[in-house]
Order: sequence, then C-alpha cells, then structure tokens
Amino acid sequence: MSTAQHAEPAVNTPPAPGPKETDGRAVQRTLTLRVLARPDVGVFLGAAAVYVFFLISAPPVRDAGSMANILYQSSTIGIMALPVALLMIGGEFDLSAGVAVITSALTASMLSYQLTANVWVGVIAALVVSLGIGFLNGWLVVKTGLPSFLVTLGSFLILQGVNLAVTKLVTGNVATDDISDMDGFDQARKLFASSFDIGGVQVKITIFWWLLFAAIATWVLLRTRYGNWTFAVGGNKDSSRAVGVPVAFTKISLFMLVGFGAWFVGMHQLFSFSTVQSGEGVGQELIYISAAVIGGCLLTGGAGSAIGPVFGAFMFGMVQQGIVYAGWNPDWFKAFLGVMLLGAVLINLWVQRTATGR
Amino acid sequence: MTNNASGTHGAVLADTVPDDADRPVVQLRNAGKAYGNVRALHGVDLQVHPGQVTCILGDNGAGKSTLIKIISGLHEHTEGEFLVDGRPVHFTTPRQALDRGIATVYQDLATVPLMPVWRNFFLGSEMTKGPWPIRRLDIEKMKQTADQELRNMGIVLDNLDQPIGTLSGGQRQCVAIARAVYFGARVLILDEPTAALGVKQSGVVLKYVAAARERGLGVIFITHNPHHAYMVGDHFSVLRLGTLELSAERSRITLEDLTHHMAGGTELAALKHELSQVRGVDVEELPEEVDLTVPVAATGEAAAS
Repeated sequence: MSTAQHAEPAVNTPPAPGPKETDGRAVQRTLTLRVLARPDVGVFLGAAAVYVFFLISAPPVRDAGSMANILYQSSTIGIMALPVALLMIGGEFDLSAGVAVITSALTASMLSYQLTANVWVGVIAALVVSLGIGFLNGWLVVKTGLPSFLVTLGSFLILQGVNLAVTKLVTGNVATDDISDMDGFDQARKLFASSFDIGGVQVKITIFWWLLFAAIATWVLLRTRYGNWTFAVGGNKDSSRAVGVPVAFTKISLFMLVGFGAWFVGMHQLFSFSTVQSGEGVGQELIYISAAVIGGCLLTGGAGSAIGPVFGAFMFGMVQQGIVYAGWNPDWFKAFLGVMLLGAVLINLWVQRTATGR
Repeated sequence: MTNNASGTHGAVLADTVPDDADRPVVQLRNAGKAYGNVRALHGVDLQVHPGQVTCILGDNGAGKSTLIKIISGLHEHTEGEFLVDGRPVHFTTPRQALDRGIATVYQDLATVPLMPVWRNFFLGSEMTKGPWPIRRLDIEKMKQTADQELRNMGIVLDNLDQPIGTLSGGQRQCVAIARAVYFGARVLILDEPTAALGVKQSGVVLKYVAAARERGLGVIFITHNPHHAYMVGDHFSVLRLGTLELSAERSRITLEDLTHHMAGGTELAALKHELSQVRGVDVEELPEEVDLTVPVAATGEAAAS
C-alpha cells in the first residue's frame, strides 16, 4: 500500500528541470502542495467545481435519476477518452477516433443485416475491422515517422468518406437498417447497452464498463511493464529504443487499444438505437482528446494518468446534461464547453505552477 | 608545426597486442558504413578487451557517432567485419547488442526525463512477479536493487522517486553507467559522457569509468577531450574524416601526441594555449587523476589473472 502511494505521484509529477534538487539539498514540499501537483487532482477539483455549479443553478441535477443520466453521458465519452489518453501518454494522437466508432457500428450492423447472420458475426467482424484500423494507423506512424496528427487526419477523412459512401451503396440510405429483430440482438444488447435497477434508479451498464476499464488502465499504467513502456515511448522514444523497449509494438498496440475502445462504443451505440447514422462521429475525436487533456495528460506525451480522463469525461457529461437540466438553450453547449476547457486547463496550470514552485 | 604523421590518413602505429590478453570481446575489421553515397566511416579496425578502456577520439563529424551506432546496434555496418567473441554479427536493433552484453550510455538519450530514477534504471528490463494475467512490476525489489547498485557505484540519491530529469547531467550519466554495469554489460560504450559536464562532474564520471574497468568491463569511451581520454584510457584510436588517424596503446603515446593527432597538426599553437588552460584545471583535480591512473599499471595483472 505504501508503495502505491510512493509510485504514483512520481510518474505523474511534471519535471522540475535544473540541477537544484540533488543530494540533501532538496527540500520536501508540504503534503498539500505535493497532492496538488498531481494533474489528476487538479481535474478532480475542476470536476467538483462544475458539479457544484450545476447543483446550485440546475435543481433537477440533485435527483439521483439525473445523476445516473449524467454518468451515462460521461461514460460514452469516458470509455473512448481512456485509450485516447493512454495513446497520448505514449506520445501520439488519434484524430480518427470519432469516426472509427461509427465505422465499427456500421460494419457490425450492415454485415449482419446483409448476411442475415447472427449479430455476433457482425460484432466480431467489427472488432477485427476496428483493431485493423488501429493497427494501420500505428503501423504508418511507426514506419514512416510522420506525425500521428497527419496520419490520423488522413484516416479520419478516409473513414468519414467511406462511412457515408459504403452505407449509401449498401442500404441506399444514409442510415443502416434496423437490426433489433435479428438473432443475438438481445444478448448483445445485454452486454453493451442494458440498464440495471439500483435503488429505483435506472443505471446504464456502460458506467460499470467505464469504471472497470479505468481501473484496469490505471493498474496497467502504473504496475506493469507495458505501462512503463507507455510512459517511456511518450517521454523519450529514442532513449526507450536504445535501452531495449519495443517502441513499435508499444505504439502500434496503443493505437489498436483506441480501435478496441471505438469498437466498444460503436457496439453500444448500435445496440442502444439498433440503427446507425453514417454521418455521425465527426468532432467526437476532439471531445475525447479534450477529456484526456483536461484529465492532465501531457499533449506531448510521457505524463498523465488514467484517472484524470475519468474526471475529464465526467466534466463533459456534466456540462452536456447540466445545460439541459438548467433549462438553458442547448445551442450554447459548445460555447460553454470551450469555456470549461480553457478554464480547466488554466486552473490546472495554475495549480501545477503553484505546487511545483515555478 | 605540421609533421608527416599528422593530417594524413593511415598513420596508424602498429598495435602490439599484449601476449596474455584475452580474445577481444568486440572487434572491428576494416569496418565501414555508407549512407547512400556518403561514406561516413571506412577502414576502421578496433579491438575491445575486457578490463580495458578503449578511447575513441575525433573532432565533430569524424565518424565517432557512426562508429558507436554500429557497435550498439542502431545502424548496420555496410563494409568489413564486426565480430563479437570472434563471431561475425549483424545487429539490426539495440536489443540484439544488449543481449550480447554490449550496453551503450548515450550523451543525451540515456534516460527518459519524466520518469522516476528507479523506473529509468530498469527501463526495458523490468523485474516482474506473478503469473501472466496479473504479472506486475516488482516495485519494492526494483527500488531496493536500484538503490543498492547506485550505492555500489558510489551514487547516493535522496529519493529514487524523483524524475530523473531533476538530476544533474553527471548524475544521470552515472545512473546510466550503473544500470549498464548491473545488467551484465561486458562492453560499455560511453558516448561523450563528459561533453556537457562541468569539471567536477566530469571527474565523477571518469571515476565511474575507472570503476567499470575495475569490474572487468571493456569500455569504449568516446570523447573529443584528449585530457579526459588520457586520464583513463588504455588504448587510443583517433578518427578523422571517417577513418582511423591513429591507433596506439597508452605506453606508446603521450598526451601531446594525442592532442596533436586530434588537432590534425593545424592550429596547434592555439590548441596548446587552450591545453595549458585546461591543464591548469586538471592540476586541481590531481588527486583524482592519481586515482585514475593507478589501475592502468595494474591492467597487466588484471588481464593475467
């Protein structure tokens, strides 16, 4: 237990360059400052502030049912924000994450409908396609050495076009056909899009998946070799390679992890609504990246956590639903979000600067 | 001020291999590397024996980096032979070189600055425990081992959890050297370990170079500072314009010769002026110089035993 407390802050603490802190000359900072210096603590305070704000200005938020709704909204962002955050810690970006969700859902939906097969056939095929897209992104980035921004901007545009064109080609429509009466649909729905009754409140299963994935991601990041490698390839790719870290494997598998996340969220959307709009998903990738950045992941890689993006996603879900509950014009959502993002990042920066004494 | 030996390629003194010396761990025979139509390196012969420090000197662009990149597995050589334990090898990744006991400490890519000291120490060769699905880092053991190993090398750090970027350049080099020694390196390549360091810190690093030699490692010490090289070196190779300018044992060369070859015979006057200044610095560090030169006399014994 004591190791856990020691190990975590060290990875997340931003660097304090300069030869000042050396043998015996380093002054131990107070506990409060050391806690505040952690990026995920900053975002936790930010999330708490947003929560309190809406608690006051939008009375319906105080209801447990609304809370379940807010958490559900957060989970659909959060499940994707997690792998996106891990990838960011590993030093890369994925702009195709938003449309890849739709690609996955479209693949599963159209494949099982056209073949009139069990939906699980489509689900497995979609997983293969999603992992394949992740692999291609990662492989191109590793092999060419191009910035992942460019590579995934390319795949973003490709997928966006393919989503629309192939859907129109196959169904003659921009949406897929309803698959709710097909074999295996109810089973798959149970896994990806069911609800539980907890104390009279309907709680969506994605919330549990989200928290489970976050717990696994935290453990992997801080307690396994793979996590160590993730920090290393994001922090200094060349050093990592020189000491024997499999850089290509780590980066490609991180991209594939984003593919897995896209598949999971895609399946959730498909089995919630039983039909998919092929033009959706554009812009979502920025929401995921924002959640990761608000969650304290360094845009340039090498630092961050898996818990931070959980709070980052919660902030987004909170604002999205909070505006509705407050009875404001939802057109303001994006503007409000932008203010939140800037505010959170600034508060984060201020807290870090104060805490690290720079 | 120029003489015949300098400024020409191939003024290589005959290399008298000590009779009782072991087979070299690493050997280059007429090795070279071309990038496209640019010959960065050609005709290089090099031997690295256990318990000896082989210094490679040269000005910027002389091919030092290319040479160590070949030995450390970052680049493949395109000419000649590269032998490890007498067997020809072609390394395509640094992992292969590491597996053969060749570890490299790079000047600027030795560590990941944001990661804690102990994570850096074990990066790429982490200790784990538990069966596969829950196989995890053995953090306690790694911290203890890192602390122990660093103390063995004479490095005492308050907090192994601090990001290694907060350490000074010399300390970082020392951690990297201690790491290489711990992971069973037989050959340690040091890429300009003293280049960005102050006088005192350079002394500390040179001490660890000597400590590594004492442990029986073959050390390849790359530098463009003949003074640092002469303090610890047993064998000197000077590179110039991509090939060997000089290859000589310590007993057959003086510091003046070395500096002369480094400078290629030109601008010697200016250099001598610089030399005297740096020398003044060396005098201050004299106790350490004595420490460092003592093992040289013992090299014969070490090789014999």
